[in-house]
Amino acid sequence: MPSSDAPAASLVSPEQHGLKKHSDGGWGLAPVQTRSARFASFEHSDFPVITGREAVWKLSPIAKFADLLDGELDGSAFPYTATDAAGVSISWIDRTDPRIGTAGKPEERASANAWTSFEKALLIRITGEDATEVTVLRDALGTAARAAHIVIEAAPFSNARIVLDNTGDARIVENVEIIVGESANLSMITVQQWNDGAVHLANHFSRVGRDAKLKHIVVSLGGSVVRLNPTTHLAESGADVEAYGLYFADAGQHLEQQVYVHHEAPHTRSRVNYKGALQGEGARTVWIGDVLIGQQATGTDSYEQNRNLVLSEGTRADSIPNLEIETGDIAGAGHASATGRFDDEQLFYLQSRGIPEEEARRLVVRGFLSEIVQQIGSAPLEERLQAVLEAELVGTAL
Amino acid sequence: MSVLEIKDLHVNVETDQGAKKILRGVDLTINEGEIHAVMGPNGSGKSTLAYTIAGHPKYHVEGGSILLDGVEVLDMSVDERARAGLFLAMQYPVEIPGVTNTNFLRTAKTAIEGEAPSIRHWIKDVRTAMDALRMDPSFAERNVNEGFSGGEKKRNEILQLELLKPKFAVLDETDSGLDVDALKIVSEGVNRAKANTGLGIVLITHYTRILRYIEPNFVHVFVNGRIAEQGGRELADRLEDEGYDRFLTGANVG
Repeated sequence: MPSSDAPAASLVSPEQHGLKKHSDGGWGLAPVQTRSARFASFEHSDFPVITGREAVWKLSPIAKFADLLDGELDGSAFPYTATDAAGVSISWIDRTDPRIGTAGKPEERASANAWTSFEKALLIRITGEDATEVTVLRDALGTAARAAHIVIEAAPFSNARIVLDNTGDARIVENVEIIVGESANLSMITVQQWNDGAVHLANHFSRVGRDAKLKHIVVSLGGSVVRLNPTTHLAESGADVEAYGLYFADAGQHLEQQVYVHHEAPHTRSRVNYKGALQGEGARTVWIGDVLIGQQATGTDSYEQNRNLVLSEGTRADSIPNLEIETGDIAGAGHASATGRFDDEQLFYLQSRGIPEEEARRLVVRGFLSEIVQQIGSAPLEERLQAVLEAELVGTAL
Repeated sequence: MSVLEIKDLHVNVETDQGAKKILRGVDLTINEGEIHAVMGPNGSGKSTLAYTIAGHPKYHVEGGSILLDGVEVLDMSVDERARAGLFLAMQYPVEIPGVTNTNFLRTAKTAIEGEAPSIRHWIKDVRTAMDALRMDPSFAERNVNEGFSGGEKKRNEILQLELLKPKFAVLDETDSGLDVDALKIVSEGVNRAKANTGLGIVLITHYTRILRYIEPNFVHVFVNGRIAEQGGRELADRLEDEGYDRFLTGANVG
């Protein structure tokens, strides 16, 4: 770190509000922890046994996947099929490959269990500079508990859209590393349209390099429990991430995403926008959005938001935005969160034009979610997801 | 010959302080092809009348009747009223994110006609109506009212009026917030709709300004939840000169 020409802001050491003990006599409360200061390790045994009271687990139904947290996992190569495209190669690599571990490190026990257990990692390597698209389909993972590891490496100046399409049965905990090289442009779309009983725990770790752009889209529709936590490190100057999410929780479904964006370098930009709908008894969603703007990350621009549309009684949506800023010199930072029922005025307006109530509701929900669908950029996938969303809406009495 | 009859209408509105009586016995009969201007000071109940005809759930009818060609409108849901031929141009049209105007208009037309309009004619009709209202073609692909200026929203209301072809339309302060150019464009649209379909119109307004461009057959002065006086065009002219003061003596204007 340069000391002679450091910006004025760093002359004052940053302080985390609440970090110092209050003068209230000391109730022994733990101070608020800066997001980047979490313990991390590749070893399962380095993490204490999960009680369910931990900040990262307290909103998750851990009893439904104890085997994934601590059990023995099948870490062998998983079955997949992939489309071909020039400039994208897919292969299995060893655990010892130097790329593994460069984009992230587990911060909780399930993630570490997967890391300890995987035997080979699936490498998706993008070198082509002409825009291209590859879909990796996983539809035969089965019901045995698995560990998996995927590395997506976008070489400098490469340009691609990667779709990870998940259907069928699954009981899987995995880590996905996404390495976006200098000036690369990568869209990564992960679709969870699992069968009803499926459990899927995933951590995505992205490292975005100089002037590179990552668009990361999480679409969670099917499965018993889907907990997909994307972390993005904007590691070099000019790095840019747009992180979108779309989820639709039915009765008894738990869909969770803990999104973390770390602005490490100056002039980095992030946009986070997750939208969800909940319908049916016990439909549950969790969104935690952490944004940390580091001391060096001057001139950054960030905004995160989460919106939930509650369509019936008996649902619960948790929405927790957190924003930490350690520098005084930023271009913008904001967050928003809203969870609500239908806007009755919208319904009235549509109905007053002759549109029956049910159809009016469908229009409103479709409109609400399509903002995210439209970000995908792949027409066939967008059409498929619109159809799935239609089916979700028609599936129950609105 | 269609007729809309409002008989001894009493309406309460829900407020944070409980139900509040707004309409206190309104009688009004509108025949097909007639334009009735309903004028009155703020808070007199004009908008309540509009929303009650459309069936907004916030307004509770305590007594009276609204008949469309002899059929009780108060028994119909909001969408049934629209399909029966009623239309409300709102003072504050609602934004519907993610729903394009094109999709919305086609869905509404399909609902009202009971079948989808033929694509070729429909696209032409929409384009013609938008041209006439000087609406940029980009408004077709924009989300309903989202990011529209006040004047653009009002034009969008009249666009719907022209395309959905109701038997009776209530225009709730369609003139408010419009500059003179937009007022002319919107008024032309209303006159065009009337010439094309012969609909009956209830034109709710605070000001006489719009009556320079839309010629009323009848003028009703609304005060304290009921019609205090009615007449022809000359009544509007008198209001223009004198204002509402002479009606407000003794009236509860809060």
